[in-house]
Amino acid sequence: MLRYIFQRLMGMIVVMAIVVTIVFVIVRVTPGDPAAVMLGPEATQEDIAELRTRLGLDQSLGLQYVYYIGQLIQGDLGQSIFLNQPVTAALAERAEPTFFLTLFSILIACAIALPIGIYAAYRRGSFVDQAATTLAMLAASIPSFWLGLILIQVLAVRFGWFPVSGYGGPGSSFIERMYHLTLPAIALGVVSSALILRFTRASMLDVLGDDFIRTARAKGLGERKVVMKHALKNALIPILTIIGLTAAVLISGAVVTETVFGLPGVGNLVVSAVLRRDYPVIQGALLVIAALYVLINFAIDMLYLLVDPRVRY
Amino acid sequence: MAITVSAPSESEGRKFVRRLLKRKTVAFGLIVLTVFVLLAVFAPLIAPYAPGKLSIVNRLSPPSMQWFFGTDEFGRDVFSRTIYAGRLSLLVGAAVVTLATVIGIVLGLLAGFFPKLDTPIARVIDAMMAFPDILLAIALVAALGPSLTTVIIALSIVYAPRLARVVRASTLVIRELPYVEAARALGISTPHIMTRHVLRNLLSPVLVQGTFLFAHAMLAEAGLSFLGVGVSPEIPTWGTMIASGRQYIGQADWVTLFPGIAIVLSVLSLQMVGDGLRDMLDPRLRKDL
Repeated sequence: MLRYIFQRLMGMIVVMAIVVTIVFVIVRVTPGDPAAVMLGPEATQEDIAELRTRLGLDQSLGLQYVYYIGQLIQGDLGQSIFLNQPVTAALAERAEPTFFLTLFSILIACAIALPIGIYAAYRRGSFVDQAATTLAMLAASIPSFWLGLILIQVLAVRFGWFPVSGYGGPGSSFIERMYHLTLPAIALGVVSSALILRFTRASMLDVLGDDFIRTARAKGLGERKVVMKHALKNALIPILTIIGLTAAVLISGAVVTETVFGLPGVGNLVVSAVLRRDYPVIQGALLVIAALYVLINFAIDMLYLLVDPRVRY
Repeated sequence: MAITVSAPSESEGRKFVRRLLKRKTVAFGLIVLTVFVLLAVFAPLIAPYAPGKLSIVNRLSPPSMQWFFGTDEFGRDVFSRTIYAGRLSLLVGAAVVTLATVIGIVLGLLAGFFPKLDTPIARVIDAMMAFPDILLAIALVAALGPSLTTVIIALSIVYAPRLARVVRASTLVIRELPYVEAARALGISTPHIMTRHVLRNLLSPVLVQGTFLFAHAMLAEAGLSFLGVGVSPEIPTWGTMIASGRQYIGQADWVTLFPGIAIVLSVLSLQMVGDGLRDMLDPRLRKDL
């Protein structure tokens, strides 16, 4: 088991090293001088030269890479050009809305997907099953930003039940902030429920066909107990995996949704950084989010070790 | 992961298409897609107005017999623009799928066939897939400069690893099959085996994955355009139309509603077709075997 953990850990380190390299390369593929692109057409030669020196762009590529790795090891993601603050600080300031939006969306996605997925599998081939499968496909086809706009129009503008945008302003209470996250979380949760629903249904279908379910029924156990206790417990591992991966994918969805709802999160930060060509922020956000994805994947693998004895070979 | 089946012969192919069309969702998907493609191809004949034709006096007019989907903030016909936008959205989807498929097949085949290349390629694929698709595409477009071409290149780079992973997994299975071993024993060269014997059998998983990628690429393009980091806002795509209509959502819902419905319908159709193809081509899911 220790060997497996070590192998996975080494694999993770290699993948992270490649991730860092990709992030480093992305900014360097910019046609022309990245410093000139960042500062725009009105910048003077002196400004451009100063920024080149500040970012280390006047060094050779090899040196820049070594310098970049050195910075990362010290937890330094560089300095934002437009915000005038370290990228780590900019990301940390905006982490809360993104974190709670992701969490809230996952809860909504699970609340939709789990009961429908379980019931659809239990009633395989029925109208409910077909409707659930079609609904899942429909949900996966809706752009989250478009659904967000419709929700704003209907629930915020027409009925006035929810705020149109924002995160409640400075000093607002936790409840107030979560209230502002409701509509974006519904938009994101509905769209991401599709994948969880399909996996729940497929995983339950697999388990419901197993011998131990037939045995449980033969013992005279009630259907509710057979499905909810025996089947669901065994179907839960792939479902948990997909919930974990959806959480990582949601960060991507949050980029667009935060923009629609004017939430001051990491997604919004990235979009404004792209529009202002603030490369250190783009690099930093990309790196942190990819690292989170790799870590979530690793954590899921480790969770497998705990809950599934078959993995402990 | 779909395990491949051998390429169907002509009569088998016809039978396959008939069985595929028997599925209501696939038939629906194909009909909707055909309509979208026809609208895109014959846009100049079908659209009542030029997509950029301004009519400020008629700005934000609701849907009527004169303007089926109403007009936008510049008095442009939303129906005509939706049709023309479909051209670009479908073009981006098709171009991304083609480019991503070519890159994915080359990487996947190399990784699956040459053990020495497998680990490095597999690790790069893992690393690329650690980036959320929209975020990586945004970063690439930001680096390369926003334009239609860079959006296509960025999305192809984003989606190629997904295809490469599928191709690699299938190649690893196929290369151990007896007929590949027989081909090797007959002295047939590795490139020949790869292109003639293995590639043909990769058709099924590539077709299924490609259909889903098409849908993902269209959604991602709409997202990039909506954020203003994709194609120029002047170019009508479904994403740019929603982005520009966003400010008028309270007074003119139709400006964002119809391009949104177009995205949903086209992506849903692609998913339905992809789902049907997967069910038919994956032996484990085929109920008629």
